[in-house]
Amino acid sequence: MAARKAPEKSNVSKDDLLKYYREMLLIRRFEEKAGQLYGMGLIGGFCHLYIGQEAVVVGLEACTKDGDKRLTSYRDHGHMLACGMNANGVMAELTGREGGYSKGKGGSMHMFSKEKHFYGGHGIVGAQVPLGAGLAMSDWYRGNDNVTFTYFGDGAANQGQVYESYNMAELWKLPVIFVIENNGYAMGTSMKRSTKSVSFFGRGAAYGIQGEQVDGMDVLAVKAAGEKAVAHCRAGKGPYILEMMTYRYRGHSMSDPAKYRTREEVEKIKQEKDCIEHVRDLLTQGGLASEDELKAIDKDIKDIVNASAEFAKDSPEPALSELWTDIYA
Amino acid sequence: MARMTMIEALRSAMDVKLADDPSVIVFGEDVGYFGGVFRCTAGLQAAYGEERVFDTPINESAIVGMAVGMAAQGMRPCVEIQFADYVFPAYDQISQEAARLRHRSNGQFTCPLVVRMPTGGGIFGGQTHSQSPEALFTHVAGLKVVIPSNPYDAKGLLIAAIEDPDPVIFLEPKRLYNGPFNGDHSGKSTPWSAHPAGEVPEGHYAIPLGKAELRRAGRDVTVLAYGTMVHVAEAAVAEAGVDAEIIDLRSLLPLDLDTIRASVEKTGRCVVVHEATRTSGFGGELIAEVQEACFWHLRAPLIRIAGWDAPYPHAQEWDYFPSPARIARALRKVMEE
Ligand SMILES: Cc1ncc(C[n+]2csc(CCOP(=O)(O)OP(=O)(O)O)c2C)c(N)n1
Ligand SMILES: [Mg+2]
Repeated sequence: MAARKAPEKSNVSKDDLLKYYREMLLIRRFEEKAGQLYGMGLIGGFCHLYIGQEAVVVGLEACTKDGDKRLTSYRDHGHMLACGMNANGVMAELTGREGGYSKGKGGSMHMFSKEKHFYGGHGIVGAQVPLGAGLAMSDWYRGNDNVTFTYFGDGAANQGQVYESYNMAELWKLPVIFVIENNGYAMGTSMKRSTKSVSFFGRGAAYGIQGEQVDGMDVLAVKAAGEKAVAHCRAGKGPYILEMMTYRYRGHSMSDPAKYRTREEVEKIKQEKDCIEHVRDLLTQGGLASEDELKAIDKDIKDIVNASAEFAKDSPEPALSELWTDIYA
Repeated sequence: MARMTMIEALRSAMDVKLADDPSVIVFGEDVGYFGGVFRCTAGLQAAYGEERVFDTPINESAIVGMAVGMAAQGMRPCVEIQFADYVFPAYDQISQEAARLRHRSNGQFTCPLVVRMPTGGGIFGGQTHSQSPEALFTHVAGLKVVIPSNPYDAKGLLIAAIEDPDPVIFLEPKRLYNGPFNGDHSGKSTPWSAHPAGEVPEGHYAIPLGKAELRRAGRDVTVLAYGTMVHVAEAAVAEAGVDAEIIDLRSLLPLDLDTIRASVEKTGRCVVVHEATRTSGFGGELIAEVQEACFWHLRAPLIRIAGWDAPYPHAQEWDYFPSPARIARALRKVMEE
């Protein structure tokens, strides 16, 4: 198995690299813990882990300012942590407890935070895409320079409403960045079994939307592309498409044995492309951080994640009356 | 006779029809190579080839729309919508194209199409993986709506649905895929292999659409149920200790009103049970039909037990899902009259 390429020297600051390292590691450890709690029966139903794809959301969040908005699919825990939502609240929503972001009403796939401008977690494939264009439209209407990050998968990218949204977004020059997290699979169906038009960013050209493909395993490449897209949107030039080439290490959801791909395929990417190892190498081989410094971060994150698990176990079940709250005003 | 789960029985139905009718094709998301997220189509692509059993992109609307086009040419598509909760992009195609093609072409074109979809709750799926949308289809003239409660019926009904000359919405209670479910989520689950209805013939047989089945004979009260609720109702009847007659509707459209009427005329009482939300649920329709047909025989007000008028919950599934205890209370109540 080929080893990872030696990291090219980056001119990114130590602080930034440490920040990315920390944020990506938080997502990874959080997801690992969620997987464990699932195995213990504390989390039930559907649970989709983001492990492998951390660089996408961490790199793009590094391009945001307050007021920017984001929304995504059901594979949403990473996006929530990256935009600053609290690990306790996310984990407690997974366990369906009162301390969860939606008080147990939403579960893994349906969480929101007005404070952090996180507009969900959406269980229906593709449904969030027009919503994202609509969020952007309200900012456009109000005349501010906020941008909306609308994340969706390669599978979702075939839904018709994505193209209805592209068309309108360009028609009205809406400040929306369509982020396609292309991990090569939609559940058990690989890209080659679902489309001949494999350049997802390229499809935007039919609507006049600019875009590009990005190495989504490289947080620095993600950040650089994100800056470009954000500048485009803030300047009033309309939507932008970022196709992030990434990979999910785990099954589609907790019940997926992932028999549609080989173990070698997964291992190869882990060995050669892992986004966290990449930054770790940049830090250590570039002499920017010592093993001790990184260990301290590891420990810190472990504590946050363990605390979130304890919180999610101890938080009470929601009151029966919650069944009927927040249905109408 | 073989022992089959509901998944195997459904697969067997598609297998039988793929083998005996070249106009039958099967497609949907993850249906071909992967064999379906619930494994209902596992092995069919290997057996019948990629031209007859295949994967589609995540395109519910076009999956059904294309199936309507094929059906108009005399093919018999049997498509899968991965969960009933995902059918809404296809609702236009189902309700306005599939359902009305025959009528608006004055019978020149027909739509022998089956749309299979796992339905209902009990698997901790939350609000986008647990819904029971049957009433959205029974409200549409031109559709047939079927929902089996066991492997034997599932196979016979699916074969009948594929052979039917009109579009059939085939709802598969996913909580019943691997075994009957009596509403006790903490109890040990029993497999279909331990249930008489898990005995399923290997070959061809059809159960006519529009025929209900008596699950339990009784004198005091008629329980109308379908899908998972048939089994929950059985548990409720045992719990309430009443001599109830349980009718498994199997087809909601067409509805076997004769069987319902005969039973309610005998018992004079009727309780309707479904998982779907109460308001405008199919139970409202059943109650209206029963009171029109049996008014002078009724000895107590009709009661329906249904899901609450709330989004299907994530954390509080078992407070939402109609439990044997809730149904038993309704049974005792009608017996007080
Ligand atoms: C409308 C709709 N159809 C189907 C599904 C079932 N489903 C959930 S995720 C998924 C695959 C989506 O793949 P992709 O968009 O690539 O996202 P990824 O899971 O890879 O992150 C499917 C088919 C759904 N939730 N909603
Ligand atoms: Mg994907």
